[in-house]
Amino acid sequence: MIDFSRNHFELFGVPAQFRIDELALERAYRALQSEVHPDRHASASDADRRMSLQASARVNEGYRTLRDPVLRAEYLLSLQGLDVKDETDTALPFDFLETALERREAVSDAAAAGDERALEIMLHEVRKESGERERELERLLDAEHAWETAHEKVRELKFLTKLAQDIDAAIAQAET
Amino acid sequence: MALLQISEPDESPAPHERKLAVGIDLGTTNSLVATVRHGIPVVLPDEQGRPLLPSIVRYCADGAVHVGYEAQAEQARDPQNSVVSVKRFMGRGLADLSDDRRFPYRFIDEPGMLKLATRAGVKSPVEVSAEILRVLRERAEASLGGALAGAVVTVPAYFDDAQRQATKDAATLAGLPVLRLLNEPTAAAIAYGLDNAAEGTYAVYDLGGGTFDISILKLSRGVFEVLATNGDSALGGDDFDHRVYCWMIESAGIPPHSPEDTRLLMLKAREAKENLTQHRTTPIVATLSTGFEVDLTLTSEILTDITRTLVTKTLTPVKRALRDAALAPGDIKGVVMVGGATRMPQIQKAVGEYFGQPPLTNLNPDQVVALGAAIQANVLAGNRPTGEDWLLLDVIPLSLGLETMGGLVEKIIPRNSTIPVARAQDFTTFKDGQTAMAIHVVQGEREKVSDCRSLARFELRGIPPMVAGAARIRVHFQVDADGLLAVSAREQTSGVEASVTVKPSYGLSDSEIARMLQESFAHAGEDMEARALAEAQVEADMLIAATRHALEQDRDLLSPEEHANVTRVVEELVGARAGSDRRALAAATQALNAATTEFAARRMNRGVQRALTGRRVDALT
Repeated sequence: MIDFSRNHFELFGVPAQFRIDELALERAYRALQSEVHPDRHASASDADRRMSLQASARVNEGYRTLRDPVLRAEYLLSLQGLDVKDETDTALPFDFLETALERREAVSDAAAAGDERALEIMLHEVRKESGERERELERLLDAEHAWETAHEKVRELKFLTKLAQDIDAAIAQAET
Repeated sequence: MALLQISEPDESPAPHERKLAVGIDLGTTNSLVATVRHGIPVVLPDEQGRPLLPSIVRYCADGAVHVGYEAQAEQARDPQNSVVSVKRFMGRGLADLSDDRRFPYRFIDEPGMLKLATRAGVKSPVEVSAEILRVLRERAEASLGGALAGAVVTVPAYFDDAQRQATKDAATLAGLPVLRLLNEPTAAAIAYGLDNAAEGTYAVYDLGGGTFDISILKLSRGVFEVLATNGDSALGGDDFDHRVYCWMIESAGIPPHSPEDTRLLMLKAREAKENLTQHRTTPIVATLSTGFEVDLTLTSEILTDITRTLVTKTLTPVKRALRDAALAPGDIKGVVMVGGATRMPQIQKAVGEYFGQPPLTNLNPDQVVALGAAIQANVLAGNRPTGEDWLLLDVIPLSLGLETMGGLVEKIIPRNSTIPVARAQDFTTFKDGQTAMAIHVVQGEREKVSDCRSLARFELRGIPPMVAGAARIRVHFQVDADGLLAVSAREQTSGVEASVTVKPSYGLSDSEIARMLQESFAHAGEDMEARALAEAQVEADMLIAATRHALEQDRDLLSPEEHANVTRVVEELVGARAGSDRRALAAATQALNAATTEFAARRMNRGVQRALTGRRVDALT
């Protein structure tokens, strides 16, 4: 079976950094699934099938983690020994929090009014900002190895991603 | 029994014989069975050459069970004992039906799944579906000349865990060895994609008799990757018939009437709807049992008008699926239409307008799902032709989660996660000294537990008494390639372990299935022991062939001693296979499974190495 002790980057054969070659990642994903997917072992022994199920689930988990900027950044930090999954640790800079709260309010107002256009504009802005955070993370994680500062930026990116999801859901709601 | 007989050396790369495998589309209105012959998927017709089997089961007064056209012809005379559209009831309770008075049946509400009171006794939808599947199995066995090694049975992509489990139970009850449950739109995509060498992002719009699915797939270099799926598992062609029926009642002023007349009028409604795919107007003429005369004319304008809300209702899931896939309508290269209901011109028009291109209608919307399932079955049975190196990556349609404090849902696996998937989450105790924890597994997108479907409940007991928040309970979710869920929980502090695994089964316990199986075998005059032996033999044959093949291919992965040991266990199984002692055969099969575990691990490891050093990658590009 695949070596479960190897980390996701090793499994996919891509460098352990934030910047990622999406095409190479996708190619490695497809190649790995072509080997381990349960469909490839449908007429094999029980043991073989069980292993294929576990290996395939692991490959899916790795792909999900490496493809998503927040999860990938958190994963890199966890490889550095940082506890990124501690949910009580939500410290964010004061000015970020202030703007964030204002934004949340603006989203709920627009959602309540069913203002699809306002929501679309907000979504565009949030996505743009997320892009900026990602570029910062690339610098902090890959060049400067400034793990603590990166941790803070990840929390901001995570917040923005969640906000984008909520706006998305509000737009879907407004459409129906 | 000749189990493995059709040999096609030019196609089969493995040194073992070709296995009989079929794909089955268990539809709301019609069902089909298909297989791959000489590399080409074909639907297997009945003795009169008819490819479809109407999904209608009639329990007759003389104890016989009529399935298909015969039952269809008799249904208006005996609606309460002629079950149509049973798929709508799979894995469903009475409360799930939007309007149970619409149906002429005597429903019995039971936890998990409703049942139907017929003259042949109380029947679960699983049993009724099994009657349809049994006819298809027999048709396939007669046509292919032997027992089936495996079947792929399709389900709507938007079916939840309860509906999937019910479908799998029905197949088991019908004596079908299930290789895989396959999502209907995905099956259609396989048939369409392989036939047209399609590359790019496609949408499959699948409106069946009682279910609606939309799937967005990326087809690239032999990989079918489902990006998102959505739908409505209680919306289909039946609802269009019902709208026409309501229009008839209103227009002709039909007074309250018997179940027999209801069924007659529903049939007239369907006929009229079907006529309007070719014509602009259609007459509706019927005489009810009371002597009441119906004489109406339905135009396509009226039909479009009275079904507009239904057509619009399909577009909401389409939008959601595109949103989940982060795509716009313009990103879709083609829209594949599946299901008989997509023949309706107003649907093709609405879909065409939404996607900004005419939908693809160059395939038979009734057959494409069964054909795709047959292709998948052929591959899973190990008959994969060399060079046809494709892979299917599907998703779960609805999020899976747990109930937490305050009746809220904590999502563990979000919808559209690629399967198989495994994920764990840690929970803790709420009170000091708490020694048990209730675990409630739910499926759905809503925040509150009461708005989601309850899949299973179980209790984790024996947690050592600790202060609140100190225990560490890890709940593990695993969804297999059929989209079916297994959940386990384990307390992991202070070295104390307690764990339990549930496999939800919805109103049908394993013992109930065993009882029904026994009854159905008794009914068919079959010997259970003989069937069990035959199944064990098929399993042994597969294992022997697979192991020999592996030994041939990767002999160098074993030391001479290991090789000798595996070879010896194989020969022991070959010996047991020759006899008729099922228990000895099972033991020998088990022994070979155990003896090859390490070998399997090394082989898979080698496969992965190979994949990453590029050989497989090249093969795929």
